[in-house]
Amino acid sequence: MIRSMFNRRRVAALIAASGAAALGACDQIADDDKVARAVGSAEVLTRKAQRLILSPGQLAPEYKESEISRFFKPNGSTDPDSDAYVALRDAGFRDWKLEVAGLVEHPLSLSLDQLRALPSRTQITRHDCVEGWSCIGKWKGAKLGDLLARAKLKPQAKYIVFHCADSLGDAGDGSDDYYESIGLADAFHPQTILAYDMNDAPLEVPHGAPIRLRVERHLGYKQAKYVMKLEAVASLDHLHGGHGGYWEDRGYEWYGGI
Amino acid sequence: MSELAAEDAAVTASAIAEPRTRLIYRHTLWVRSWHWINALSLLLLLLSGLQIFNADPQLSWGMTTNFDHPLVSIDSAGDGPRMRGVTTVFGHPFDTTGVLGASKGADGQPEDRAFPRWATIPSLRDLGAGRHWHFLFAWIFVLNGAFFVAYTLWSRHLKRDLWPTVEDLKSIPASIWEHIRLKHAEGEAATRYNVLQKLAYLVVLYGLLPLMLLTGLTMSPGMDAAFPGLLWVFGGRQSARTIHFLSASSIVIFFLIHIFEVFAAGLFNEMRSIVTGYFAVKTTAPARVASEGAGE
Repeated sequence: MIRSMFNRRRVAALIAASGAAALGACDQIADDDKVARAVGSAEVLTRKAQRLILSPGQLAPEYKESEISRFFKPNGSTDPDSDAYVALRDAGFRDWKLEVAGLVEHPLSLSLDQLRALPSRTQITRHDCVEGWSCIGKWKGAKLGDLLARAKLKPQAKYIVFHCADSLGDAGDGSDDYYESIGLADAFHPQTILAYDMNDAPLEVPHGAPIRLRVERHLGYKQAKYVMKLEAVASLDHLHGGHGGYWEDRGYEWYGGI
Repeated sequence: MSELAAEDAAVTASAIAEPRTRLIYRHTLWVRSWHWINALSLLLLLLSGLQIFNADPQLSWGMTTNFDHPLVSIDSAGDGPRMRGVTTVFGHPFDTTGVLGASKGADGQPEDRAFPRWATIPSLRDLGAGRHWHFLFAWIFVLNGAFFVAYTLWSRHLKRDLWPTVEDLKSIPASIWEHIRLKHAEGEAATRYNVLQKLAYLVVLYGLLPLMLLTGLTMSPGMDAAFPGLLWVFGGRQSARTIHFLSASSIVIFFLIHIFEVFAAGLFNEMRSIVTGYFAVKTTAPARVASEGAGE
């Protein structure tokens, strides 16, 4: 790992980048694609270091009822306007189905009631936006690990992808649809749930109705809202920009633990 | 390895000239390398940190963000050429147009941004890139710093050169008076750090820089799961973010004083010592090198 991260060309790019940045020419440098990738390579080190420190079952801190934020900031999409979503929303998500597909033995299609009948977990956790702010909310949802055990992952499956009903741009061709992905360690973490209740009430539209992912120990952009479909995959390369998420395709780290 | 102790370099020629000076080997290669890698890292951490701050330009105390009453917030008011920058500190608004809240964008028009283009990496708004720069140089800063801390202990640099003696502490009032008059030590005294310098270095090296690291880690949800005690120590994630900002501001103040002192004490000599290691000291008594003097 060290060798691949610090090969000579990358080190040269880094030294050149640092030197020039210090001289005030940082713009052309920072915009250069190769340099951006070299600078971003520290992500690998961060992910490996945190995975080393953090045992797979280690829980994110949980809070008291009294610590729940009175105002929880809705961010990103807050009111998806696609015809399909609007129709589902207006019918109170009666016709909504969660599809579980990809590298699974038993593809599933679950209604909200069926999802509510699955083993659940309730947790009061902190939501940290990549921008810097934090809010605390109470979440109740189906345990993702149990759901995946029911669908039975094929051995090739390495990631779980969350396809969402919202788009953050107006391309209209699906290229800016929101999506996210997590590895299996996070998918089977006890606090990873598909939340349908927030603060003891059904999840509201600004927060991702009918369900959003809660993958604690990660930043807010990993907590996909308006989840429509789960897909088990062996690689993230063929999805959209190939970096495993809407924001990841636009420069954010795939590992959202820092 | 003698840091500030007099390891004379042969300066026979200059020993003859008046006034007598002798070159001492003041900073080892290790200390000089650490200093410059650290300086570069801190500069890039500051500029990329301000880029990250711009994504949520407010500070709160506690676990979560107080959106209604933050301690500090930097906003803009109005649109187009009339845009104003407003910085609010403990509820008191200040007009900071041109620097904080509203400053010139790439097209020369006022832009809604907390810190201006010249203070962020990259200059355009790009949180993702800012984070990449920040975390890369955080790693360089930490590895370089860990090396330095180990070195100061192993080489006794900490004990011998940085830790104040009882006499040092007694001389604090005198040292303050000397600093106010911009009077700098000469002769033998110039081979050692003065007491205020020692205290400033200790506060920054063993106080503020580790504080930057720990408050930075407290903002990571992954680290909070591994070490929930971090949240307790700093009073919450948003408190840690606020302390991170204040601590960075303190380091900027240290930097400004540091640079001022470099100029006050003699730019050429100071720069020579942190680049080559050699520092010239004026001697009042006949210099030892002179008495050992080479053939006149």
